[in-house]
Amino acid sequence: MEEILEAARKVSDAADLFWVESRSIPVAFETNRLKHMQTKEARGVGLRIIKDGRIGFSATNKVEDVEGIVRRAVEVAPYGAKAEFGLPSAMEHPEVLTFDPAVPQVPIEKMVELSREMVEGILDRHPEVLCDAGASQSVVKVRIMNSEGVDASYEKTVFSLGLSGTLVRGTDMLFVGEGESSCRPISDAAEIVARVRGQLDMAQREAEVTTGKFPVVFTPDAVAGLLLSPLLVGFNGKTVVQGSSPLVGRLGEKVVDERFSLYDDGTMAFRPGSRPWDDEGVPTRITPLIDKGVASNFIYDLKTAAQAGAETTGNAARGSGSLPSPSMSVISIAEGDMTFDEMISDMKEGLVVERFLGAGQTNILAGDYSGNVLLGYKVENGQVVGRVKNSMLSGNVYETLNNLIAIGSEARWRGGSLRTPALYCADVSVARTEGEG
Amino acid sequence: MPDLRDQISQALKGHGADYVEVRIEEGESTRLLYRGRELEDVGMTTSLGGNVRALVNGGWGFVSFNTIDGLGARVEDAVRQARIVGQETSELAGIEPIVDIVEPQLGKDPRTLTLAQKKGLMDEYNEVMWGVGDIQTTLIAYGDGHKKVVFANSDGSYIEQQRVDVSLRLSATARDGSEVQQAGVSLGSNGDFSVVEGLHQESKEIAEKAASLLAAPRVQGGEYTVILDPVLAGVFTHEAFGHLSESDHVYENDRLKEVMVLGRKFGGEHLNIVDGAAVPGLRGSYKYDDEGVPATRSYLIKEGELVGRLHSRETAAKMGEAPSGNARAIDFRFEPIVRMTNTFIEPGSTTFEEMIADVKEGVYACDWYGGMTSMEMFTFSAREAYMIRDGKVAELLRPVTLSGNVFETLKNLDAVGNDLDMNQGGGCGKGGQSPLPVSNGSPHIRIAKCLVGGA
Repeated sequence: MEEILEAARKVSDAADLFWVESRSIPVAFETNRLKHMQTKEARGVGLRIIKDGRIGFSATNKVEDVEGIVRRAVEVAPYGAKAEFGLPSAMEHPEVLTFDPAVPQVPIEKMVELSREMVEGILDRHPEVLCDAGASQSVVKVRIMNSEGVDASYEKTVFSLGLSGTLVRGTDMLFVGEGESSCRPISDAAEIVARVRGQLDMAQREAEVTTGKFPVVFTPDAVAGLLLSPLLVGFNGKTVVQGSSPLVGRLGEKVVDERFSLYDDGTMAFRPGSRPWDDEGVPTRITPLIDKGVASNFIYDLKTAAQAGAETTGNAARGSGSLPSPSMSVISIAEGDMTFDEMISDMKEGLVVERFLGAGQTNILAGDYSGNVLLGYKVENGQVVGRVKNSMLSGNVYETLNNLIAIGSEARWRGGSLRTPALYCADVSVARTEGEG
Repeated sequence: MPDLRDQISQALKGHGADYVEVRIEEGESTRLLYRGRELEDVGMTTSLGGNVRALVNGGWGFVSFNTIDGLGARVEDAVRQARIVGQETSELAGIEPIVDIVEPQLGKDPRTLTLAQKKGLMDEYNEVMWGVGDIQTTLIAYGDGHKKVVFANSDGSYIEQQRVDVSLRLSATARDGSEVQQAGVSLGSNGDFSVVEGLHQESKEIAEKAASLLAAPRVQGGEYTVILDPVLAGVFTHEAFGHLSESDHVYENDRLKEVMVLGRKFGGEHLNIVDGAAVPGLRGSYKYDDEGVPATRSYLIKEGELVGRLHSRETAAKMGEAPSGNARAIDFRFEPIVRMTNTFIEPGSTTFEEMIADVKEGVYACDWYGGMTSMEMFTFSAREAYMIRDGKVAELLRPVTLSGNVFETLKNLDAVGNDLDMNQGGGCGKGGQSPLPVSNGSPHIRIAKCLVGGA
């Protein structure tokens, strides 16, 4: 690595190197049977140079080919984007826990057992469901070096469990599923099994949906799958400097209900999205994006911050094969005061939605969302009466979050980098889409 | 690579598994991505890596890596994993061992051009598109890649193949107030840069098309006689029918097994659907698949009857059918899975004029830009559509969606044109492996009735 940086410095004005090395071991059950076990090793290095005011880039996993990596970055540089920023020098960074040595110690047999527990936990009660389940452990090593003296590295462990089930009856298919991810080993699959059982129970009967505006409970899955992208895209420095974010010039304004707060925190302990510094070597931090309904900050990497005349927020993300761009680290939505059961009891007629398919051709930049309900339930007079089919939700995320009735009191992790409660909103557009599969 | 060949044959000795294979790949690629006028991403990437896959008692182990020394230990790892997974009996269709070194048949090799030459050409297309009024933004995504793949297995096969892939996507977005419309084209080839040259006139037409869609009316939703152009018909064949022919979907799914019974009548005598990497010179063409099985050209539907499906060695053995050479992996980080190659409806004898002549009111739908399938149900969006009135193509419409049941739609397919055209711009995704180079195609086809809605 040192040789690549040394060679790059000689032919450029500034350079940084981003190195990722990973080893992951997934085991997978398919259609109820143990089917796959894999070991995947990967490493790669991306070289970014600044030469004559422009950015050159090349990537490889043939890390011994020092001359080739540098030559290709130089060849690309004359056509690269303008570099209106400089690279950072070494900075103090927060202590962020991302490594647990227990993860690579988890025996494969234990991962098989956890997966089997998930499959059998469903088949015990619902023998007609086809289950896919899996566990995986991985260790990732990241190192970043630049021509201004940054040379830092950290290790991260990730352990994940996932369970999904398909229930086919005639031409009808029901999809259920749940998963968990952490930097520490997950030793118990009971909660995942319980959640999927709950989905199957609530979906046992079918209920009719009519087109109209209804109160809707977005579970943490639905927040992640439907609402989050159109909400976050407006806070991304990239859309801000392109002028396509609807929030340009509106920081400090109230954009959603004042009970709603959302922040990005790359320093949270043992979350897969956490890291001590971002992929440009800038320390991570806590950045409030929405504070009590008010748009408060955008997230940036070096390039977009320079274009916006702002400071980087330590949100650069890149693989070894690509240039950095701004990306959220770990998103948290503040909890409210209503339990899930209270939300259902409160509803006269409405929906609880979990999962979506084929989020439609909507103008996500404007905050629009739309999706076919893959898993959702009808509520009548405070009771879940059955699963809804052939229905589509659509709206604008800013309007929907201004129509908040309540925020859930129990936040849950979705994947490695989102913690959210359920959101209970009024007047959401529901359309019946008979006959569209 | 004589040394590598020795290393591999050493590693494949004495493993104690039912089957072991080794795949080593070395590649380089170039990409250029424009959003609007800005060249947003340009990069060159090289890679080297490999994998070992082992089968023991019906269970697969798989190890992928970037350093190709120590292959013997990788084989041991994969076999150990397979042993943990395997609880049943290994089934693999038999293949005669093959030793072959395949030389690529290239047209204008993209590696002979400099980055400056490639960029210069894309700049020209972008200028042409921006020269059309109402254009709000453009997208140009060019990519080329070359890789050499070495495959060997415990049956005694040793195969070296080279693959070169070129792809280009051009699109223009026009805007008038809150109205936004898009038009575009996707092209590709298995190693001939000339297919992406000389597209200046096409670039202009794309931009003009996007602009003209802004003023087009919406279709009145309902059932129509629909004529599909070769692009949309080809994508329909791939997405709605082809995926149902992938045996890994079929053999563990009892319901799909009932539907996809060989000998079942799916359409009229004029309906013939083919898939095969042995069809030469297309983006999904190759001599051997990623299990070392020779490519075939297979009828999926012949004279309206289901006669075949796509197999890996394992699915072929489990279903008691012949392997078809359709096991493909996007790169060394993945196991081969059952994939399509070049999928198309064979041409018939009807001309477009004959096909449209007796359509009093219908829709002529062209070009695909999105959609979804769920088992046999499909919804597709056509980027470009026209009303057909009194046997003639009439006014341009906003994009339309076509939806229905794929089997009913195949039964309603009542005319097959004589003008087969292959779409080489496709990239197929399955099992986290995307985009895999494929081609699909069709002549113009007519569907007697199909549900059409406004997009």
